Amino acid sequence: MSNNNSTNKHEIVEKNVGLMAILTVFAISFGALVEITPLMFQDDTTKPVEGLRPLTALEMEGRDIYVREGCYNCHSQMIRPFRDEVERYGHYSVAGESVWDHPFQWGSKRTGPDLARVGGRYSDDWHYAHLIDPRSVVPESNMPGYPWLEENVLDGKLTAKKLEVFKNFGVPYTDEDIKNAQQAVQGKTEMEALIAYLQQLGTHLK
Amino acid sequence: MTSFWSIWVIVLTLACLALIFGLLIWNLKNYTGVEEGASCGHEFDGIEELNNPLPKWWTYMFFATFVWSVYYLAMYPGLGNFAGLAKWTSSNQGVKSLEESRQAVIDAKESGLWVKLDKEFEAADERFGPIFKAFAEQDVLTLAKDSDALEIGQRLYAQNCAQCHGSDARGGLGFPNLTDKDWLYGGTPDQIKETLLNGRVAAMPGWEAALGEQGVKEMTAYVLSLSGRTVNQKDADAGKAKFAMCAACHGADGTGSVALGLPFGAPDLTDNIWLYGGSKRAVEESIRHGRAGVMPAWKDILGEDKVHLLTAYVYSLSQEK
Repeated sequence: MSNNNSTNKHEIVEKNVGLMAILTVFAISFGALVEITPLMFQDDTTKPVEGLRPLTALEMEGRDIYVREGCYNCHSQMIRPFRDEVERYGHYSVAGESVWDHPFQWGSKRTGPDLARVGGRYSDDWHYAHLIDPRSVVPESNMPGYPWLEENVLDGKLTAKKLEVFKNFGVPYTDEDIKNAQQAVQGKTEMEALIAYLQQLGTHLK
Repeated sequence: MTSFWSIWVIVLTLACLALIFGLLIWNLKNYTGVEEGASCGHEFDGIEELNNPLPKWWTYMFFATFVWSVYYLAMYPGLGNFAGLAKWTSSNQGVKSLEESRQAVIDAKESGLWVKLDKEFEAADERFGPIFKAFAEQDVLTLAKDSDALEIGQRLYAQNCAQCHGSDARGGLGFPNLTDKDWLYGGTPDQIKETLLNGRVAAMPGWEAALGEQGVKEMTAYVLSLSGRTVNQKDADAGKAKFAMCAACHGADGTGSVALGLPFGAPDLTDNIWLYGGSKRAVEESIRHGRAGVMPAWKDILGEDKVHLLTAYVYSLSQEK
């Protein structure tokens, strides 16, 4: 061991911030390269389930309302593979169900129940009553009411654009879907759109 | 996973472990040229850095994490396509249909893969299966008097049905009361079970276009008169003359489709039970715009055995008292 500083390799790293940055990125890149990169090339995670279809224009608007109102803050859309969850909500969620969901609405916290397979569980009328005033049907509920959804009417000005953006993400919308998008939602209420979105959730794994 | 990505994962994982291990070993020796415990030769605001070795307890813990990671990668899935010696997996991820999912459960059993979720279900089937099976073999009328069966039925009800029909089963506006004797699709055990298994879709059309403004008023008066309400008799008579269009579903006397033995879900108009409200305004609304009550199907969600118990519970609700 000499006292010469140049042989103190620690000191070389500590005194060169650029080198340290490079080495830091190198060190932390392993996790992403192993855990994330391969997923972008796996059929399991990139191919849709057999029954998946793109959201209709109205459902797409409903999805945006779901995001806007922050539904994901209290509701997850991710049934984990545990018996208690599968018994309550249905088949556990698989990656192929969310490949066209950008960004996915898995959420991370459940104040309310999971919604990954809520489609078809309740009637439209129930959703309507429940969204206007949750306590009218579930007295112990602590969910807020969303009565304005019934008053707001969609003009559909951006609907076609939204579909186009999703087409660029690889969702197979046809030109006709995009052309008819505005007409399909114009005059519908936000309530109708959100219910349409909810009623298809989780129904594609057949 | 293709073999390319499998190798990618294996190589990077092992390389990462090897690099960290090397770094740890390298740092155990003193290459700084400064004696252990001596000053590194710099001082900031009176704080001096001493060249102390890595703490022993920390070093041993680091080694322990290596032992754990080697054990983990040997036993559990982690190294690409290598399934691990324990043949453990959490679920059959990556299935593309329910059929594939069912097949994956069978395949896993044959290949000896230990799928955690499947094992949970197996254990539950072993414990609860015989109980449900014993109940499934009894008829609904027997179960409706069995307190154990009713207790399970009540739990299933609270979890799946109370959202619409209420925790007291008395229903609400648009959601039928299950405790009375008034049934839209019949109250025999078989009819209740059919309703639960496959759901029901009611379709009362709107009559505004056919009847016109005056016609809706007249029909409302007649419908209200059927249950003995005081109405404008002239309007009611005019409504009665047009009631033929309603009779196909509600019956000529308005007693509903159950009395006719038909599965339309057309309510009895002569009693004083109103699914969508019995005020003049509510009845007028029903006639004008129609109603479309939907009972979801529970066959796929709950399975036949649970629906059987639920049938007994729902049946018992209107039998007591």
